[in-house]
Amino acid sequence: MKKFKKSLLAIAASSVMSLSAYAGEVEVLHWWTSGGEAKSVAVLKELLEKQGHTWKDFAVAGGGGESAMTVLKSRAVSGNPPSAAQIKGLDIQEWGELGFLTDLDKVAEENKWSSLMPEIVSKVMKYDDQYVAVPVNVHRVNWLWVNPEIFKKAGAKVPTTWAEFKDAAEKIKKAGFVPLAHGGQAWQDATVFESVALGIGGPEFFRKAFVEHDMKTLQSDKMVEVFEVFKSLKQYMDKDAPGRDWNIATSMVIKGEAAMQLMGDWAKGEFAAAGKKPGKDYLCVAAPGTQNSFTFNIDSFAMFNVKDPENKKAQAALAKTILEPEFQEVFNLNKGSIPVRLGMNMEKFDSCAKDSMNSFVSTSKSGGLVPSMAHGMSTTSYIQGAIFDVVSNYFNSDKITAKEAAQKLAKAVKASI
Amino acid sequence: MQVVVAKTKKKPLDFIADQIPKLVLSPTILMTIVFIYGYVIWTGVLSFTKSSFLPNYKFAGTLQYEKLFENERWGVAVDNLFIFGGLFILICLALGIFMAILLDQRIRAEGAIRTVFLYPMALSFIVTGTAWKWILNPGLGLERLVKDMGFENFTFDWLINSDMAIYTLVIAAVWQSSGFVMALFLAGLRSIDSSIIKAAQIDGASLPKIYWRIILPSLRPVFFSAFIILCHIAIKSFDLVKALTNGGPGYSTDLPATFMYAFSFTRGQIGLGSASAMMMLAGVLAILIPYLYSELRGTRNA
Repeated sequence: MKKFKKSLLAIAASSVMSLSAYAGEVEVLHWWTSGGEAKSVAVLKELLEKQGHTWKDFAVAGGGGESAMTVLKSRAVSGNPPSAAQIKGLDIQEWGELGFLTDLDKVAEENKWSSLMPEIVSKVMKYDDQYVAVPVNVHRVNWLWVNPEIFKKAGAKVPTTWAEFKDAAEKIKKAGFVPLAHGGQAWQDATVFESVALGIGGPEFFRKAFVEHDMKTLQSDKMVEVFEVFKSLKQYMDKDAPGRDWNIATSMVIKGEAAMQLMGDWAKGEFAAAGKKPGKDYLCVAAPGTQNSFTFNIDSFAMFNVKDPENKKAQAALAKTILEPEFQEVFNLNKGSIPVRLGMNMEKFDSCAKDSMNSFVSTSKSGGLVPSMAHGMSTTSYIQGAIFDVVSNYFNSDKITAKEAAQKLAKAVKASI
Repeated sequence: MQVVVAKTKKKPLDFIADQIPKLVLSPTILMTIVFIYGYVIWTGVLSFTKSSFLPNYKFAGTLQYEKLFENERWGVAVDNLFIFGGLFILICLALGIFMAILLDQRIRAEGAIRTVFLYPMALSFIVTGTAWKWILNPGLGLERLVKDMGFENFTFDWLINSDMAIYTLVIAAVWQSSGFVMALFLAGLRSIDSSIIKAAQIDGASLPKIYWRIILPSLRPVFFSAFIILCHIAIKSFDLVKALTNGGPGYSTDLPATFMYAFSFTRGQIGLGSASAMMMLAGVLAILIPYLYSELRGTRNA
């Protein structure tokens, strides 16, 4: 059956090819299947088809892309990878090391990519100093989403440090609301943990711990303090948090059941879908203590080796189109993220996105721009997994002290390097 | 005489008739060899390599096994398997026998009741897990219900308590499988020769004594096959965990199967995942080999 389908596709593709002799085909693997995301992909498809190329959609549903990656691996092993796949962070390095990715330097040079994005971003897109992937958008992870209505009712102030957070949370708890909405899944625990670490330790500490994996930093007193503050947040969450999906936690803030949520700016999509306006119905502020830092999570497309010269042209066109202002604007308006391209006109974006863009630009100069550990930007999947295990287990168990957790963290990271 | 004639005449057809069973079976045998034993061997090979993201064949000795046994999460998964498996098998067997004995008392509407008990088996573990996730959720299910009835201090938060969450798996799994065990035992009870029981009754034995001394001992084979099936369900348990707790809170309800999946397919550590899969296979064999041995020896004696 599959073979039959494949041959049908091949016939269809060849008939299309014969119609437009110069057009190549790009097959794009992605997992953007939800409403806003699908719309964003359609934009890319349209822009590419305008240039005379054929777009073959290869969407694999499932948030986080676990199933998409499984499909990609089997396609790659059988020698038939798509032209482009949604791969991000250090996974790009892994694929590059295995020799699957193509060199995009020509496109990059022609379009001056290096001047378009901060160096720390282009570093993620390069393997062996050659561009192999194209960034699509930037998410800021260290956001605190606030329901101002509840803050007013409780007489609390929006916190800017973790000490202030505690005061505010106590007041909100007394007023009968859930102070912090959370979903107890490993990656969400890690997202909160990462914001706490950045708020308490600052970007230098963050980089030493999660990028360089410095053993001393991982076991330092500062890390113990991070663990302590992280655990103290548990008392401000409701009991049903374990296993909850992040968007349900966001809807608690939207509905006025919970006052805050620590989550990346994809949460904005939920607010927007509920018809809420930023600055009025909800506030987006930097997570306590991280005003001058920016934890980034970048979606990107890695380009695979393709043989057919026409398809190669189409692939280059895809890479070029992704970084062009037109696509960057429409796509990111739909996705809730900000353009990865510097110097974009941000007029159509909302205040949260503008804030995000400003701090993206300023922190890329000041050194406050750090890769997100929870979203696979700073470490390989093994080390990330090891950190997730320790963080999540500590958060959910009452038997481990903060000191033990820091030691376990160092041990787990060491074992998986 | 006639037979011999027929045989010599239909020789070509005979040849085909001889070959047909082999022909019919060969695809199955081939597929079994490739897709079951072939992949078992492949997994075994991978567990001795440095495979990470994709399979590769750089020999790594027993490194993956060493890493596996150092991994705290694997320890938790194995402990959980013993807790979950032990309780699940024990409770299922006890409950199954008990229900079968009650049903065996020639009651009215037995067929309907049997269907009610057996029905959970028709559901997949994913459905069971999801349903119990709602029932056990403190803010949604049982706890809320009892609280709403006026018992303000009632708490039942096992699902979100990392020490107790493993027992919620036992509850859901027992709910699903005990009816099946009951059906097995009921069939066993029905197959017992009634004349033995009648003879015991004539001798003046009480009903509990008949069950304890005669019926239960003669159910030994049924007991054994139920045990083996339950063992397999326990070791293979994956979908139930995925749906009910997804290994959480933290990784407190991880089982070897979920561990294997997480490390092979989402963490990009195929070597380590293969090592854990081989350990699971070893666990299954440890149960299966003594069973096969006793079975085969048993038939020879009989």
